[in-house]
Amino acid sequence: MGGVHVCSGKPASGDSCACDDVFLAAVEKAVLPYRGRPEDLVLALHDVQALRNYLPREALRVVARVLEIPESRVFGVVTFYSMFSDKPRGRHIVRVCESAPCCVMGAREVIDALLGELGVDMGGTTQDGRFTVETTSCLGVCGVAPALMIDDAVYGNLVPGDLPAILRRYE
Amino acid sequence: MEFYRAHVLVCGGSPCVAAGCRAVRDEIIRSVAEAGIAREVRVIETGCLGPCDSGPVMVVYPEGTVYSHVTVGDAREIVDEHLVKGRPVDRLRHKGEIPAISKDADRRSHYFDIQKRIVLANVGIIDPDSIDEYIARDGYLAAGTALTQMTPAQVIETLKKSGLRGRGGAAFPTGLKLEFTARASADQKYIICNADEGEPGTFKDRLILEGDPHRVIEGMIIMGYATGATRGFIYIRGEYYASIQRVERGIQQAREMGLLGNDIFGSGFGFDIEVKQGAGAYVCGEETALIESMEGKRGEPRVKPPYPGTSGLWGKPTVVNNVETIANIAPIVANGPDWFRQFGTASSPGTKVYTLTGNVNNKGLIEVPMGITLRQVIYEVGGGIPGGRRFKMAQTGGTAGGCLSEAHLDIPMDYESLQQAGSALGSGALLIIDDSHCVVDVAATLLHFFEHESCGQCTPCREGTHRLSQIVGKIQHLQASESDIRLARELAGMMRSSSLCALGQSVSVPLFTIFDHFSDEILAHLEGRCPAGVC
Repeated sequence: MGGVHVCSGKPASGDSCACDDVFLAAVEKAVLPYRGRPEDLVLALHDVQALRNYLPREALRVVARVLEIPESRVFGVVTFYSMFSDKPRGRHIVRVCESAPCCVMGAREVIDALLGELGVDMGGTTQDGRFTVETTSCLGVCGVAPALMIDDAVYGNLVPGDLPAILRRYE
Repeated sequence: MEFYRAHVLVCGGSPCVAAGCRAVRDEIIRSVAEAGIAREVRVIETGCLGPCDSGPVMVVYPEGTVYSHVTVGDAREIVDEHLVKGRPVDRLRHKGEIPAISKDADRRSHYFDIQKRIVLANVGIIDPDSIDEYIARDGYLAAGTALTQMTPAQVIETLKKSGLRGRGGAAFPTGLKLEFTARASADQKYIICNADEGEPGTFKDRLILEGDPHRVIEGMIIMGYATGATRGFIYIRGEYYASIQRVERGIQQAREMGLLGNDIFGSGFGFDIEVKQGAGAYVCGEETALIESMEGKRGEPRVKPPYPGTSGLWGKPTVVNNVETIANIAPIVANGPDWFRQFGTASSPGTKVYTLTGNVNNKGLIEVPMGITLRQVIYEVGGGIPGGRRFKMAQTGGTAGGCLSEAHLDIPMDYESLQQAGSALGSGALLIIDDSHCVVDVAATLLHFFEHESCGQCTPCREGTHRLSQIVGKIQHLQASESDIRLARELAGMMRSSSLCALGQSVSVPLFTIFDHFSDEILAHLEGRCPAGVC
């Protein structure tokens, strides 16, 4: 697993420790509606991840305790799904599509320009903690390929020149 | 009831949202208010109108004027000229036609004639957030008829006679699937709508759900009644935020009207639906992986048999069907099997919804009868290949589908004909590729996808996708020989027979069709040259 995040007191974004008591209380509050419903683990993890854009180890312990399931199962689910991350991520998640319909329409040039603009590799987080760039199998807007998604907003018909203006909208 | 002299329908399909339709809609609303005609003109966001690469698209009724590529700057002009002065803005008028709405269809092309909308009958025409508009289009009439005037066996018989087959890829007869679960005895049965739709190039299910959510809810009620299931789930991809919100709103409206819950239509039958959200895993589109995911686990496929029909969610009998399949159910129950059979072919009745993408002039959402040719789809509906380039390849059915060449242009698009060509209808994705692209480069992209999305549970798929990706990389780098092709074939053939689920089994489909139908180009790579000049 290489990079399991252990609470070090300093997450990538530079604000207070990701795992302080206030945060863990928020995690508990987010998970409580799912108490006794281990089948809703995926939904619970979506809600917890919405707090900090990733899932620190300590938060997973809280999820396991409240849902009354083994931590190993929670961790197994987190690492299975691409929308979950156990490593710190930026404030905004940029999802790019590398599949054939986007590639045919020039996605590679857009992705190269995006990574160049942000100065990161695929999967990386910008120095200032604004963006993390990840790949997705498909965004489901192939009619306007190539496309990318920032948080829950989708942008289509992209050419490399569109990127600076789009990125500028996110703080 | 309020009356308006004009309605502006702004396409709110996801591709149009990506093109910025929401800002345009807001500007129209603002301009309408400023012009003092807010009580005369109603602005509505609808589902997908079809031409996804022409967005933002909108229609002004009662004239039926279609505007495309509308910018925020154009909004005021449309309001001032068209809605205030009654003069349509010619420079913004859409050049093609849109089958559901175009009143002044251009009869020189067959775009209008070829399409037939059953599944998409309401998409782009109604406000998908309004259950009243769905009901005004005879919505929930089929469920009412089924629940109050038909026995469950009669509903199943109707679906069996219609010949409807699964539209998610596997093409299993829908009536038969329902019958298996209806016959199983259990204290609880379930209906699952598979809206995971992770197949690259496919976005029809999202546009059906976002454009007409009640059609799917109604189909599930009928399926529940037919099988004796009282609970339903719609499993939607985590990335599809808009679909999740719209469907949840639809379920809420149906509950408030008593169309979900206890004693629907006073029939004594109760049924309710919940939305489950995915979290980004292509394999979860496989029905047993989807069930595992719904149980809160890693979405790893189960060994079959037992099949979900007898042992599915929580081990109970479960029907799993694709969104498009379920959207066909209410119209069939309402109009009868003979009506349905007049569309399509004898063995593949009905229509098929496709998403047309890649190097084609009219990209977007289409619905055509089963059995029309690939050439008609590309050249008549799709408007041909842009930029004076030549057609090279069509991949049907998404990344796991087969790649067809020019020699297959006259193939009828139905289950049997495509199977004979080594391909499949699959998920309804149609990716058109022109001669500027290299088939090996395309194959490398496809293999990269499979390697990334293999869940890793079974060895043939986990190791096989990785090795195949390496071999195709070798061809791409012009370093492969005949023996590498033989090895790739052997490996993919073995994966087809020994992988646990369709992900590993279907890697051979695109790979073999590329090897078989583009053998000249593969051979050229073995000889150290890329005819397209890409590698």
